[in-house]
Amino acid sequence: MDQLSNLTLYVTFFFALYFEVFMLINFFEKRISIQTEEARTPEVFPSVTIIVPVFNEERTVTKTVFSLLKLDYPKDRLKIIIVDDGSTDSTPAIIRRFRVHRRVEIIRKPNGGKYTALNAGLAITNTDLVGCLDADSFAPPDTLKKIIPYFENEKTMAVTPAIKIHRPDGFIRHVQSNEYNLGIFMKKCFSIIGAITVTPGPFSIFRKEVFDSLGLFHEAHNTEDLEIAMRMQKNRYKIANAHTAVVYTTGPATLPKLYRQRVRWIYGFLANTIDYRSIFFKRKYGHLGLFTLPAAIASIILFFISAGMILWNIFVMVEKKITEIQSVGLRFHWPDFQFDWFFLNTDSKTFLSVVLFAATVSLIMYGRKISEKKTRLSVHTLYFPFVYTLFSILWLSRATYAVTFSKKIGWR
Amino acid sequence: MINNWKNYVYAFVITVGIFVTAFYLGNYFGDRKIDELRATESRIALDILSAETQFALLGELSCPEAQNSVLSRELDSLGEKLDYSEEKFGADNPEVLELKKQYSLLEIKDYMLIKKLKDCPKQPITILYFYADDCPDCEKIGHVLTYLREQYPELRIYSFNYNLDLSALKTLASIHNVREKFPVLVIKNKLHTGFKTIDEMRALLPELNTATSTSATPND
Repeated sequence: MDQLSNLTLYVTFFFALYFEVFMLINFFEKRISIQTEEARTPEVFPSVTIIVPVFNEERTVTKTVFSLLKLDYPKDRLKIIIVDDGSTDSTPAIIRRFRVHRRVEIIRKPNGGKYTALNAGLAITNTDLVGCLDADSFAPPDTLKKIIPYFENEKTMAVTPAIKIHRPDGFIRHVQSNEYNLGIFMKKCFSIIGAITVTPGPFSIFRKEVFDSLGLFHEAHNTEDLEIAMRMQKNRYKIANAHTAVVYTTGPATLPKLYRQRVRWIYGFLANTIDYRSIFFKRKYGHLGLFTLPAAIASIILFFISAGMILWNIFVMVEKKITEIQSVGLRFHWPDFQFDWFFLNTDSKTFLSVVLFAATVSLIMYGRKISEKKTRLSVHTLYFPFVYTLFSILWLSRATYAVTFSKKIGWR
Repeated sequence: MINNWKNYVYAFVITVGIFVTAFYLGNYFGDRKIDELRATESRIALDILSAETQFALLGELSCPEAQNSVLSRELDSLGEKLDYSEEKFGADNPEVLELKKQYSLLEIKDYMLIKKLKDCPKQPITILYFYADDCPDCEKIGHVLTYLREQYPELRIYSFNYNLDLSALKTLASIHNVREKFPVLVIKNKLHTGFKTIDEMRALLPELNTATSTSATPND
């Protein structure tokens, strides 16, 4: 058991470290061209439509639409379509106020799910570019201008932004804030190696022709933003990442809500990956088919094995403590503690954990640095790896269970 | 179309480099720990040899002098470190095994020295404790003994792994008629087997209650 547990831990460490090192190498190799990207400003202003799908979003939709109206972009080149997917609260009344803006169009349709709302918007879109902004998110004025230069490359068919949690408050949102910063770095690296598998709902911008040639959004296990990216990859369309184009999202405030969101995402990722399994191990899909997708699946498997080992070790520890309590009773006493380096854990696993921890923290800080030019280390970043691992056990297990036994995962 | 395949190799080399460094550090500090144990053992061996020589020279020592020369406290801390090392490096690690044997010998010698102090006023109370591998009751009584040792500093517990392949230990065990039923405690030359609660132990050692107890006053 000990031998096996050691072996799995080493394999997991190797795998995780390899992945992070690989990402860092790719990032540093391209850091000069990343800096040039940042300096670009648009030379032409293609026409853009932003679709805002709303369903019972009375509290946040105003802020979302206002942020679009305030975008620093030629007014005659930007159109906004609000698609009310059969809201039952005061959302219809709230969005009606935006009718005074000539750039805003409002569609109301019976409820059919987010992808149907997006498709309804796409049906009346006739601009060069089209994007979507979820009603729980909003974009600062300069975001679109930072995305547009990426379309100067004719091969780029979609551009994803850098998503951040807006003014994180509370423990759960701080955890997500770090996760999103890590995501910003990862997305940048994935875009460098051409392996982006999600064009997120908040403010991913596509060329309209993507939908003309590949078709509209699909239901796609409630993760249409994942499926469209995979479909584009399957057809070898280039997806770029504008890491300075910040979009703010609110993020669930409580663990149960976060749990439901993550189960839906991971379920969507796994189910869509199964649907697009033909990408796996094919040379023509490059790093995505040969490395990142297989690595994602392998990491989930390794994660489960390691988590199982850790839980087993905790169980053994608890069992030992129970034996102690059985033999001498419950004693709260601190032995006269004298520091002796001898009892410091100095085995190789400790050093590997330290390296892995440092690497993860630096990826998060890089994510923060490239998106908002801030490098201060936050205390929330330090506990994030531990808390996030524990949380991940919850939603990974649930989502994997659902995929394995073909259980449906709902939206809310 | 993709030209950065070589990064896989670079990443591999760097990751292997990190692993090699980690293993090197792990081994380095492991060796240092073993060295420290070895140094402690030879120091204790030297002190015991010196005490034995004093006995041989004088025939008999004055009590305080002799008590000073006995190093049970240091043996205790060495024992803790050995337990920790067994857990970390594995009980079948040849170096740990060798250190463990030497430690058992030192315990026996210390015990023999203590026995010679029979007539001194503050005579330590001794317990010989034999345990074996795969013995759930041993783990439990281990906690009881640790507790007692913390509470009563004058108590000297010598613990021996019966499965250790050491002839001196086998002799000690056979003198006290220790057989295949563990845990075994030898208190005042009497054999006690099986788990004992703290209260049962106190009943076996009535002099503990009269002695200066409470962990708050370390008197050594």
